[in-house]
Amino acid sequence: MNWTRKWINPVLDKEFRLRMRTPRSAISLMVYILVLGLIALGFIYVSMYLGNGGGQTRFNSGMGQIMFYVLSFAQLVLIAFMAPALTAGVISSEREKQTLSMLLTTQQSSSTIILSKLVSSLSFMALIVVATLPVYSIVFMYGGISLNQLVSLFLFYLFIMLMLGSLGVLFSTLLKRTMISVIVTYGVGLCIFLLTGLLYLFALSLVQRQNAQSVLQPDYSWVGYILGLNPAAALISLFEPSFSKQAFLVRGTTLNADAPIQLWQEFVVVYSVVIIVSLWISIRRIRPVRRRRKQAETDGTDGGATMEPVK
Amino acid sequence: MIEIEHLTKTYGSFQALKDINMYIPQGTVFGFVGPNGAGKSTTMSILATLMLPTSGTARVDGFEVTENPKEVRKRIGYMPDFFGVYDQLKTTEYLHFYGASYNIPRGERDKLIPQLLELVNLSDKADTYVDSLSRGMKQRLCLARCLVHDPKVLILDEPASGLDPRARIEMREILKELKLMGKTIIISSHILPELAEMVDEIGVIEHGQMVAQGRVADIQNRLRVKKVLHIRSLDKEEELAARLRDEPYVSGVLADNTGIHVHFGGGDEDQGALLQRIVSWGYPVLSFHEAQTNLEDVFLEITKGGPAT
Repeated sequence: MNWTRKWINPVLDKEFRLRMRTPRSAISLMVYILVLGLIALGFIYVSMYLGNGGGQTRFNSGMGQIMFYVLSFAQLVLIAFMAPALTAGVISSEREKQTLSMLLTTQQSSSTIILSKLVSSLSFMALIVVATLPVYSIVFMYGGISLNQLVSLFLFYLFIMLMLGSLGVLFSTLLKRTMISVIVTYGVGLCIFLLTGLLYLFALSLVQRQNAQSVLQPDYSWVGYILGLNPAAALISLFEPSFSKQAFLVRGTTLNADAPIQLWQEFVVVYSVVIIVSLWISIRRIRPVRRRRKQAETDGTDGGATMEPVK
Repeated sequence: MIEIEHLTKTYGSFQALKDINMYIPQGTVFGFVGPNGAGKSTTMSILATLMLPTSGTARVDGFEVTENPKEVRKRIGYMPDFFGVYDQLKTTEYLHFYGASYNIPRGERDKLIPQLLELVNLSDKADTYVDSLSRGMKQRLCLARCLVHDPKVLILDEPASGLDPRARIEMREILKELKLMGKTIIISSHILPELAEMVDEIGVIEHGQMVAQGRVADIQNRLRVKKVLHIRSLDKEEELAARLRDEPYVSGVLADNTGIHVHFGGGDEDQGALLQRIVSWGYPVLSFHEAQTNLEDVFLEITKGGPAT
């Protein structure tokens, strides 16, 4: 048995084939890289020719670092738009195309179907993100960014994709129509990206007002935990660890006073739970039939009373 | 092979299935007959492990569908009434996908798939993309998909719906071959003539209740379905039709361009006497014969007065 047969199950194999056979995939890849490339070139143009009153400026490592941040945030926004579009229809579209019932009567388990759908979508997103590496190479030409930062950034992207992808798969399983599933996934994504930030600003103003009135102030404020739910804030904390201190309003008198948790760490912990719960619900709900408790015959209890998920 | 006991299914206040009981022995071709919305697809979905019954049990080859769905899935080939295909796959890839999904090793699939394509007359379409196949070809491909893991039971929900007459005949021939292969087939249709030739038994379902079940001939005898006499006269058919309405044992007369159709409740002697009278009236009788009662007549007889006891 070769490795493809061992690691690529039939659903995954089929998903890979179907995804890469449509011209849409190649076009999305091209458009994505073009957009990011244009942002990079636009930034260089603005910095070098327009930033200094029309005169030329030398593009240095400091600017390379800023450009890295700009590209990273642009990519984050693009992922936020792309992930729901790629995952929010994986199950509902099978339902709409009337292929799901036949798939569900095969020997493939619910977890295999859900995870394969997710992995195939994530693989395509990962391909797109990896394909943007040449754009990032522009940053390396000017310096200011370490390889570690780049690796951690891409791992963070992978996590964001997994998080948004899991939510997309969840809504795609629960909702019958792909359109509604896509809208709900975008809605939840919008809440995660914007609502958490706005909620933080609101809570911050309350806390600051409270702090101004009280004599005894805590070492840090709980308000930072809200910002830890925001992907953009988590991304900033990945590059600038001191950002977490600011978010938690750390008031330590010593230099080593630190935030109770880095924002990106909180982000990963909280959304890992979201990912696990989303996938667990999706796996349970894709098949409507539940197994009855087996000991019904043996202990005389009502077999129909308790249901367990079909494996 | 298939045992259903006291099966019910409710959606809110709507009862889709009401205490269905059914037994289908191995190797039987069972025609599931009923109007749209009667509960055929619901019963089949439950058998295919796609739906949970509200109460009751359904077993396939001894395995209860809610307790051992995985074992049931190994034993069934399910063809839904409406189905789609993966357009970007070729015919062989499509079957390879489902074969792999039933854990059939690649080597076996390589041998099996050409045989399946031959069975459903699609050998020349092996490298064709599925989306370019006609509807009839897609139906046959779907049937081949059902057979990929050599199931003992085939659950076919309206397999000939939407097909043109030629495609229907092709489908019927394939089903006859499957019958010869010893498969237990449960096949639903709301178009009765397409089932008539191939089924061993029928189950008639209406408003979620099984109103009759058994061999077609037995049901006909049990229900005493009236004979239909087909009479042709050289002329004055309308006049003859009008006279026949007043004859004993005649419950209905219909005259059209194919002749006179008489619903007749009498025995063979009464039938002979009727012919004698027609001749004595002076009508030039061209033909006088008993039309074969078909499934449609049985179905109409069964369902006209609600559920049978």
